[in-house]
Amino acid sequence: MSKKTVVDIVTEWDIVAARQLGRNITKELGFDTVNQARITTAISELARNIYLYARAGEIEIEKVDTEDKKGMIIIARDKGPGIEDVHKVMEDGYSTSGGLGAGLPGVKRLMDHIELKTSIDKGTVIRVEKWL
Amino acid sequence: MKELQAQYKRILADYVESQTERNLYIGQNFIRQLIQKSVTPEEIINIHKSSMEEIYPEIPPAVSHGYDFLIEVMVHFGLTLREHQSLLEHQEELRIEMNVAAKIQNMLLQTEMPKTNALDIGHISIPIRKMNGDYVHFLHNDEDYVSVGVIDVVGKGVPAALCMSMVKYGLDTLEYTNGEPSYVLEVLNRIIERSVDDSMFVSMFFGRFDCARNIFTYGSAGHEPALHYKASEGKFHMLESKGLLLGVMPDVRYSQHEVELEEGDFIVMMTDGVTEFRNQSELDSRKVIEALLLQLKDLSAQEMCEQMYQELKKLQELALDDDFTVVIFKK
Repeated sequence: MSKKTVVDIVTEWDIVAARQLGRNITKELGFDTVNQARITTAISELARNIYLYARAGEIEIEKVDTEDKKGMIIIARDKGPGIEDVHKVMEDGYSTSGGLGAGLPGVKRLMDHIELKTSIDKGTVIRVEKWL
Repeated sequence: MKELQAQYKRILADYVESQTERNLYIGQNFIRQLIQKSVTPEEIINIHKSSMEEIYPEIPPAVSHGYDFLIEVMVHFGLTLREHQSLLEHQEELRIEMNVAAKIQNMLLQTEMPKTNALDIGHISIPIRKMNGDYVHFLHNDEDYVSVGVIDVVGKGVPAALCMSMVKYGLDTLEYTNGEPSYVLEVLNRIIERSVDDSMFVSMFFGRFDCARNIFTYGSAGHEPALHYKASEGKFHMLESKGLLLGVMPDVRYSQHEVELEEGDFIVMMTDGVTEFRNQSELDSRKVIEALLLQLKDLSAQEMCEQMYQELKKLQELALDDDFTVVIFKK
């Protein structure tokens, strides 16, 4: 079974809504406390990036619960300015130095897989996965 | 992880039971192991929480919730820690690369000391960091002339080293054994002005000794004056020559001057790492250097260079803070 839910990110409180949705799914799937905290932190960082840099966008959370695969796919979409240097934002010391949170290297560490598509002035799509 | 958790629980239970220093010591040693295995702070708190709940099933729910909160907030600590670890690894890679680069620089900038009966030549160059910001280039292609360039790049480390290679190839390509110092400085100035960033400057002293006439011709681009010891007078003369640093402006003209070297005379060329003493004015340091050279004047040129380094290092309490380079031409 696979189910997708979308949260629009416009205000700071929408970040909390995305976290809540993610948290519920981590519990339903049976992630332990530490991994619940990690997945929720990753969702929070992705949503915060949208709120801070793109103004508006959405977080889609897909719960995958099948015979052979259990886990979550989270997609962050925005129509913001895009990312100029993709390699650089994935480097340590780049995003956290500005005090902006864990940044993408952090999200990458918290999750099993990360993919990023971006285009200048059109927006960014980041897809992360975590499997049980 | 299960095994680690069981061990942690045992150590924790022992401590709660008897609260001895020994238990705490064992606990710290155990944490060291966990750190080596890259267990994150949030995982350790989770292990602690589970252990407490197992040892004390009657623990109030509020305490458990408190632990959950701590796990949540410690996720960021864990991330920061891992980022630091990865930056440290990255730094180690850079250090290794730097060592390789320094070796390559040493190889590139090797200069052969001319062998000639006309002059006794000495040379020492000690970098303060890995990459030397000073450079000495000898030229001696025939029996008529021996020339030397003493170069100091303003700025340190890798950028200075890259700039240095350019100066070296500039000198190499133009085979300046017979070049007049003013001409050498003018050509190098053009090369450097064209190719180097505005923030990088080079000072250079260029001297050429005419073996047949015993005449030393020199010019300078913003470099430390050299010292000429005249044995007949038992005195030092400063060999000054006004000229702008290399690389500041195109088409700069440099003047050159001549002195005659007589038996027992010597010329000392150096960089500012030799003359700039901490807490002493330039005038004082000149006097110190002249007094020192007077004591050393009967040694070979090479021994003079080495003794000078040792003595000045002692004088500065072993804390030289710049690259140190001396070249001596002795008749």
